[in-house]
Amino acid sequence: MKFIRPLLLAMLVATALTAQAKYNGEDRGKPVMPSEVNAKWQAECAGCHMAYPPGLLPAASWKKVMAGLDKHFGTDASLPATDAREITNYLTKYPSNRWTSSAAPLRITDGEWFKAKHFNKGEIAPEVWKRASVKSPGNCNACHTGAEKGDFNERNIRIPK
Amino acid sequence: MKFTLHTAAVLTSLAIALPLAAAANPILDGYKAEIKGTFTVAAGEKLYKTVGPNQLSCASCHTDSPKNVGKHAKTNKTIEPLAPSVNAKRFTDAANVEKWFKRNCNDALGRACTTQEKGDFMTYVLSVK
Repeated sequence: MKFIRPLLLAMLVATALTAQAKYNGEDRGKPVMPSEVNAKWQAECAGCHMAYPPGLLPAASWKKVMAGLDKHFGTDASLPATDAREITNYLTKYPSNRWTSSAAPLRITDGEWFKAKHFNKGEIAPEVWKRASVKSPGNCNACHTGAEKGDFNERNIRIPK
Repeated sequence: MKFTLHTAAVLTSLAIALPLAAAANPILDGYKAEIKGTFTVAAGEKLYKTVGPNQLSCASCHTDSPKNVGKHAKTNKTIEPLAPSVNAKRFTDAANVEKWFKRNCNDALGRACTTQEKGDFMTYVLSVK
């Protein structure tokens, strides 16, 4: 009994530390896709690319993305102010609920959780990203067949030729 | 006889009016009214193929013909045909048309398009059958 309490405490501290250190606090939310779907978010974002689920970034990132749509990764994706406001409200209502870091990357692929899952384990050959069918790590749905519904389950990954 | 002539006259005027009606577009009419000018297919086609400072043209994503299904140069996203002759939804919503002119003129030409250019562009795209 004497030993159990410090041991338990040590385990708790260790768990807490690991949990906090996970992806340096840059973790996507769970779930990544809320049940509420905003029609404008869907229509406008998916006008050019997959409508990325709000839980993939923290609110601070979404605010930056939405404030810079006229220079959106090299493209003018500007929106009328009322539409931009509605979409910003939706994205910042359901941001990642596991993101504790103050880092607010513009790119989903710059998040620590993304890099850990896609680049660090050597599971995906660098050549795969260059395939015409994949083109960029931003094209989630090239491999994650359920990405547009917020389904990133490993079972539903099909890496195209 | 009188009746037949009359019918023929009606049919003839219909035959003339119908293609005009099909080509008419309220958004294009709006541009026309705005600058009180005229637009040409040739100028629109030239604009469609103009490569701007970012090495991009309309054709980069919309392909050589507005009738074709295009592909986003960066995201691989399918782009439905621009020509209303094959995609009736195009050029039916003025706000949407303005939104895309603003974005795409900036991307392809590095600047906003003039009303003259928008009108020429639409005249060309609407002419593609």
